[in-house]
Amino acid sequence: MISLGDAIKEGLTEVAVRNPSVLLMAEGIDDPSSVYGTTAGIGKHIDPKRIIEMPVAENGLCGVAIGAAMMGKRPVISFHRVEFALLAMEQIVNNAAKAHYISNGRHKVPLVIRLIVGRGWGQGPEHSQSMEAVFAHFPGLKVVMPTYPRDGKGLMIAAVEDDNPVIVIEHRWCHYVMGDVPAGYYTEPLDGPRAVHHGKDVTIVATSYMTLEAVRAAEALEELGYSATVFDLRVLRPLLLDKVFESVLQTGHLLTVDTGFKKFGVGAEIVSQVVANCFPALKAAPVRMGLPDHPTPSSRGMVPGIYPDAAAILRNVGQMLGIAENKVNGAVEKLTANRKGLPIDVPDPFFKGPF
Amino acid sequence: MHRDMLRIRMVEESIAERYAEQEMRCPVHLSIGQEAAAVGVCHALKHTDRVFSTHRCHAHYLAMDGNLNAMLAEIYGKAAGCIGGRGGSMHLTDPAKGMIASVPIVASSIPLAVGTALADQIDGNDNVSVAFFGDASVEEGVFHESANFASLRKLPVLFVCENNLYSVYTALKDRQPPRPITELARAHAMSFASADGNNVAAVFEAAQEAVARARQGNGPSFLLFDTYRWREHCGPGFDNNIGYRTEAEYETWRLRCPLEASRAKLHAQGKLTPADEASLAAKIKQEIDAAFEFAKAAPLPQPSQAADHVYA
Repeated sequence: MISLGDAIKEGLTEVAVRNPSVLLMAEGIDDPSSVYGTTAGIGKHIDPKRIIEMPVAENGLCGVAIGAAMMGKRPVISFHRVEFALLAMEQIVNNAAKAHYISNGRHKVPLVIRLIVGRGWGQGPEHSQSMEAVFAHFPGLKVVMPTYPRDGKGLMIAAVEDDNPVIVIEHRWCHYVMGDVPAGYYTEPLDGPRAVHHGKDVTIVATSYMTLEAVRAAEALEELGYSATVFDLRVLRPLLLDKVFESVLQTGHLLTVDTGFKKFGVGAEIVSQVVANCFPALKAAPVRMGLPDHPTPSSRGMVPGIYPDAAAILRNVGQMLGIAENKVNGAVEKLTANRKGLPIDVPDPFFKGPF
Repeated sequence: MHRDMLRIRMVEESIAERYAEQEMRCPVHLSIGQEAAAVGVCHALKHTDRVFSTHRCHAHYLAMDGNLNAMLAEIYGKAAGCIGGRGGSMHLTDPAKGMIASVPIVASSIPLAVGTALADQIDGNDNVSVAFFGDASVEEGVFHESANFASLRKLPVLFVCENNLYSVYTALKDRQPPRPITELARAHAMSFASADGNNVAAVFEAAQEAVARARQGNGPSFLLFDTYRWREHCGPGFDNNIGYRTEAEYETWRLRCPLEASRAKLHAQGKLTPADEASLAAKIKQEIDAAFEFAKAAPLPQPSQAADHVYA
């Protein structure tokens, strides 16, 4: 039983040991923090030449990683917060995403860019964005968001072995999620959503940390006599929604919940595709959940209500399914009581699992 | 080198002559007047080296002996183009000849060259990477990020700045303080040299030295070559009349034509007679005419191919 953070370290170690083309790059790659411990000590297992301390120059070093990847290296470059990747968007969008296309298939860019989403303890407006929709907008990139340790390791190895640029967005709170992970080298194919909870009344599609909230809501829903299928989307690009369509055809209800802004977000794309593919089966208008239409402030005084949680998901599902409000209120109260007065800016210990 | 410069000049002039036919339906940034910097540097390279260029990439591509048929077919948007019509004039690529990529966003290809140099350093081979760029590129942050890292790691890469004095219509003096551009290399603790960018022998000499340094594992160099863009930033014409530069300035630089200078020198040395050059030009003209014929006759790619090669 290990955490997602350790699972990612295991994955990076396994793939770096097995494949001599793998390079690891980050600011503070081997410092006392080592990217939240996820790159700690990997240099003991491989040629130290392949562990590259990167100057504080995100665009330049992203370009360097792309150039090395064009020569057959498999760089994994890690940024401590998603926001730092904004400095590197030029290289990511113009060169990483397009080198294969523009070169008529001659060049490949087997590159992994790890981005970490912050939350809690007053991270504030520029240390807590996930921006998965921004990256998922561009053809040529793949976008992965692991939630559980088994996926964290397997998807990471698959991302490194992939011949395309893969953006891996890791939620800092997911780093603590515990679970069983196979030993040694294995891959989880980058092939889309996985059902992590099964039910028949509503389909919930969630990303990253929101998957944990959605599963908790689904469990509470069962006490009310209803059930939900929860998908952990895992891979946003390529977006393979066949399993989701299949589920919605049965449930007739769709709710999406992701870690980005609701407007122009991942949920919008999923709802649009579900409506286009399952329109006759829908019994109610799909519901999207995400961050509200303003930046996320630092003070815990303003944070309540900003992040979707199990209670908010439950309320939306209750409304969609026409469950009596007093019953939903009772379930929400129970969820709140389970938090035992924990401050809003730290993760609920519930979410550590095991899963 | 004289032959290569003459060939580039003749190719570019042929493009300019035919551009009005509107069959080359993409922007073209011609290298006329700047041939010596491309030829002098590329002459010091092998095809196993890695060259990166910009929107103004025709001269670099041809100086690396990139395939002329494939270049013109690319500009004509044909399937036989060097990248199948996916990039056009600004993205000329011929990896087999060492022309790895051209990127039309200012300074965008500089870190790529540093990246190929990093890969080569790790692999322990003696390949050299070259980033060609213009004077405006040193105003971009990514130039400095790349130079800092290349110098820190002693990477085998050449930063080749062709200073043609203008970024589109804006003069260097309106964009940068009055200091030698080479001072930027000094700030990054990098070897540097400058030479008359219209003197192909001087360019070659500076490049040879920098290439040798890189091959021996002694780190990157910054090379500054002053030169001049004869024609408009983008397109086939002259634009000395529209008000951002003067006819007199253009005339001064035209008198410093890199091709004329090389010709005069070779004549004086008795290495090239006018008759030699006439027959050389005739041969090149034949090659160019055939390449245009090839490009014009080649079929367009199909709409269905537009979605190919998004993912490897």
